[in-house]
Order: sequence, then structure tokens, then C-alpha cells
Amino acid sequence: MSQENGLLVDVRGVDKLFRRGSEEIHVLGGLDLEIPDGEFLALMGPSGSGKSTLLNLIGGLDRPTEGSIDVGGQRIDRLSDRKLAAWRARHVGLVFQFYNLLPVLTAERNVELPLLLTHLSAKERGKHVETALSVVGLNDRNRHYPRQLSGGEQQRVGIARAIVTDPTLLLCDEPTGDLDRKSGDEILDLLQALNQQQGKTVVMVTHDPHAAARAGRILYLDKGQLSTEPLE
Amino acid sequence: MKYLHLVWSNLKRKKIRTLLTVLSILVAFVLFGYLAAIKRAFNQGIDVAGLDRLIVRHKVSIIQFLPESYKGRMEKIRGVSSAVFATWFGGIYQRPSNFFAQLPVVPEEFLDMFPEYLLSPEEKRSWLETRSGAIAGRILADRFDWKVGDRIPIQATIWTKKDGGNSWEFDLVGIYEGTEKGTDTSQFFFRHDFFHETRAWGSGNVGWYYVRVDEPDRAVEIARLIDEEFANSPHETKTEPEGAFVQGFAKQIGNIGAIMMAILSAVFFTILLVAGNTMAQSVRERTEELGVLKAMGFTHRGVLGLVLAESCLLAMLGGFLGLSLAWFLISWIGDPSGGALPIFFFPTRDLVLGIVLVLLLGLVAGLLPALQAQRLQIADAMRR
Repeated sequence: MSQENGLLVDVRGVDKLFRRGSEEIHVLGGLDLEIPDGEFLALMGPSGSGKSTLLNLIGGLDRPTEGSIDVGGQRIDRLSDRKLAAWRARHVGLVFQFYNLLPVLTAERNVELPLLLTHLSAKERGKHVETALSVVGLNDRNRHYPRQLSGGEQQRVGIARAIVTDPTLLLCDEPTGDLDRKSGDEILDLLQALNQQQGKTVVMVTHDPHAAARAGRILYLDKGQLSTEPLE
Repeated sequence: MKYLHLVWSNLKRKKIRTLLTVLSILVAFVLFGYLAAIKRAFNQGIDVAGLDRLIVRHKVSIIQFLPESYKGRMEKIRGVSSAVFATWFGGIYQRPSNFFAQLPVVPEEFLDMFPEYLLSPEEKRSWLETRSGAIAGRILADRFDWKVGDRIPIQATIWTKKDGGNSWEFDLVGIYEGTEKGTDTSQFFFRHDFFHETRAWGSGNVGWYYVRVDEPDRAVEIARLIDEEFANSPHETKTEPEGAFVQGFAKQIGNIGAIMMAILSAVFFTILLVAGNTMAQSVRERTEELGVLKAMGFTHRGVLGLVLAESCLLAMLGGFLGLSLAWFLISWIGDPSGGALPIFFFPTRDLVLGIVLVLLLGLVAGLLPALQAQRLQIADAMRR
């Protein structure tokens, strides 16, 4: 999916403006970001700095007010809603802070969800789900509902769901934010393994320097601008 | 089909709420089934009325008599192939609540006029040979557990006998079946000659006539010719197709169709609000989940479809269970009035209409929440 220059994500001059009534909030202003294919990037910054907004823009969950976002050679900011949805289904895996599993579905049914958008048969879907759950070490918990799993296990199901379609890009929004240190470390081990062993490009938003230290590169976002060093 | 599990799981999210909504819908469709059967019972004669049959009654009212001598004059009218008469007897069998129609008729002519009433050749012969003989329809015979050979006593309320008594006795010589499901087999027919000789008054008078026309297309014209034939006489006539006559008879009770429609409209409007509220609540509660689905790659339309499918499944659960229960109760328990509605069944066309209503209910109840879910933006949904 990467371009000839080895970049997977190329963000150019991105502005993001939110309107609340008559008030305009500039979250990102003229932001540039390049993410090489196979990188593990951590995005840090204070609350409200725009980390999650940037992650949403890279994942095609939201659109920039200005600028361009190119992922794997595709200008995703120009895609129609329908094409953008199809693109997300094919290329992006999302991991959320609060796991966002559907409580009415078992672990395996949760993991299967993104596969419903493919043309795979039920049997093929089952195989993919089994593989994804075995990658996160939860094969024995496949019939459990989220309420029957610990936080760490739920997040592992969330990661299995994110990787089940074998996406190029994994976007993780505070994946350890709701976990204790031990469970958080297990999740970080898993993300690191996915990056190093399977070549997934991982972009992780975090407040936690301990988590960010696992990444190959750390960028700090504040007042809509990126830097390699934290701003005072 | 691959989304069925997801849709079904969402309905199981709040089991009590789903159960109560399903029960509300179920009750509405049981009511629908019963009202359809009642409407059918009132209109039962209309659909099976012969297209080639007219009914001639007194112009003033059905309770005014017509002369027996009109028969010959009617049969001379061009286009009329035969005319037979009948009279309302209005007697009581055991107690007044055991209502059913009793009509004296001329057996052979009558059975020719109504080929939908089926008697075996032996029963027909027996009726022609027995002056006090009578035949009853299958529903009527089953209702009172009558068998051929039974003696049926009927207390007259209109027709006293020449000996001053009111108690008439008939020998049941046959039980007729209907050729169609809607054929009325709840009536009781006995011989006009027996009636004529036994009654104390009204000799030479009959209640009304059934007239068969050669060409059904000319029925309206022939009806006019009949009425013209007896115009300016002491017994002017009103002639109309059998279906219109039966409809008019049913309307004496009220416009059953309009009453049913009013009740059903109120019920379905209420159920629409109940189901719509359930779906709206359900969608509101999982805004974030819908956002997650969209983030995964579900399209806006896909999410709209999921919510509509959920709403339809909810309506189908309650609706199809309700229709099935109505069909079962109507078929096995039957007429809830204890005999006032002898032809009582859930008509197939109303069953099909019920199925259409179930799907419409699902679509309409789910439409607003589904549109709300469709419009949901991922970033907004995830922030809630």
C-alpha cells in the first residue's frame, strides 16, 4: 500500500476547524505529517491538543477543513462517504480506549463484525476470526461476552477486531488508557509485535510516556502543531 | 442473512422492553384477525352471492309480504329464467339466544336456485317425500349436535298454527354442505307446502323472491323490468342483485367495515407509537456503537438498513405471532359470540393484508430512528 517514497501517510497543510454555534475552534492549523510504512508512531500531547482529531483524519473518520491527506497513495479527503467507508473497511484497523465492543455480541462475533463487509463465506469468516483471536491469545475466550472479560482481555478482543481484515494501518486511541500497568504492558507488547513481526504501521495516541516509549518515534502535538520535543 | 445475528442480538439487548413491545404488537394483530373474521362474518353472503341472482322484496320493507302469484308473472319477464320464494319464519329453538334463520321454501326449485347447497340424493329424495321434512346446514347441525332423523321443535313468534298453537315440529331429513368456504351453512329450510297448510294466517303471501337471470350482464336491466312490472300495484317491488341485498342487510347493524377500520386505525396508530418509541430509545442508547460500526466501514445506508431490519424483525416477531395466534384461536375456538356469527374464519386475503401491515409497521416505526442513525457522523457519535 505504501508509495514509492516509502511513506504510508502523507498529511499536508491540514487545518481542522470545529464550529460550536457562532464559536470557531481551530484544532489543527496547517499541520504536516509523514509516516513511513511500517512505523510505530506515538502521538502525545495535552488534552484538547488535537491528537484524536488527527488520528480521526488519518483514519478517514473525519475530513479536514483544509489540506490533503494521502494514505497509501490515495487522497482520502476527496473520497465520497461511501468510498471512504469502503476504504476504512479495507485498510484501517481501529483500537479505542474503552474498547467499544458491542456488549450483545460474544468476543468472536465482535471480531467478525468488520468481516461482514467482505464477501467471505461464514466458514471463511470463522477461520479469520480464529486466527485473529489466536494472535491476541484469546482463543479460549471466543464465546465470552465483553462483560465476562477483564479490561485487558476486552482490549485484546478490540485489537483482534482491528486486525481481522489484515489492514495496513492500525490507529490506536489511548489503547492502554483504561488498563492497569500489567494489562497495559501486554497490550503494548501485542502492538509492538504486530508492528515488528507483521509489519503493521501503528499510530498510537497516548498520554502515557511509558506507553509512548514503546514506539519507534514520538511526536508531540500542542496548539495544533507537531514537534519532536514536548513544548513547555 | 449474515447480518441477522447482529440485528437479533440488538433486540435481545433489553429483553423486557422488547418482550413488552412484541406483546403489544401481538395483541394488535390478534385483534386484527378477530375483526377481519367478524367483518367477514357480517359480509359473508356478499362474496358468495350469485352474480346471476336477484332478490325481489317489497318496495317498502323486507318485512312486508309479496303475493305468491308474482312468481308466474316474474318468470314471464324476458331474461328471467326462474323465480323462487322464501319467507322469514323467525322461530325460537329452545331459547331466544339460539338464533338462526328458518325459511320455508319449495325444495326442488330452491335447490336448483342454490346449487352451492349440497345435499346427497337420498337426503334430497327424503325431503321431497316428507311434508314436515327440513334440512339444516352443516354449521347449524354441528352447533346443536343435530343428526338426520332428529325431530326439531321450533316455537313460532310470528306464525301461529291453525290449531292456535305456536309449536312447530320438523323432521330433519338432511344436512347440507357448502361448495365454498364462505357458503352459509347456518340456515334451516323446510317445505313451503307444509308451512302454507299449517299457518293460521298470511295464506298466499311470501317474504321475498330469488330470481335467476339468463345473462348476468343484463341483471340491472332485468331488475328494472321486474320493478316496472309491479309498479303502481298494492305490492310494489324493489329488485337488487343478491350481493347488494346481503350488504344492505348487514348495514342494518351498522357500517361494519367503517367501524372495523376506525378501531384498527386507533390500535395501529398506538402500536406504531409504541414500536417507534422502542426503536428510537434503542438507537439513542447505542449512538456510540453505531459510530463504531461506521468507523469500521459500515456505510450510512448500511446502518440505516440495520436499524430498519431490527424494526422489521421486531414487528415480524409480534405481528406473525399475533396473526398465527389469531388464526389458531379463530380456527379452533371459533365464533366468540356463541352462534351469532356462524361463518367465522380468518379470510386468506386478510391474512395476507396482515402480513403486509406487519412489514409496513416495521418500516414506518423504524424510519425516523433509522434516518437519525444514518445521519450520525462518526466523530460526533464517538465523542458522546
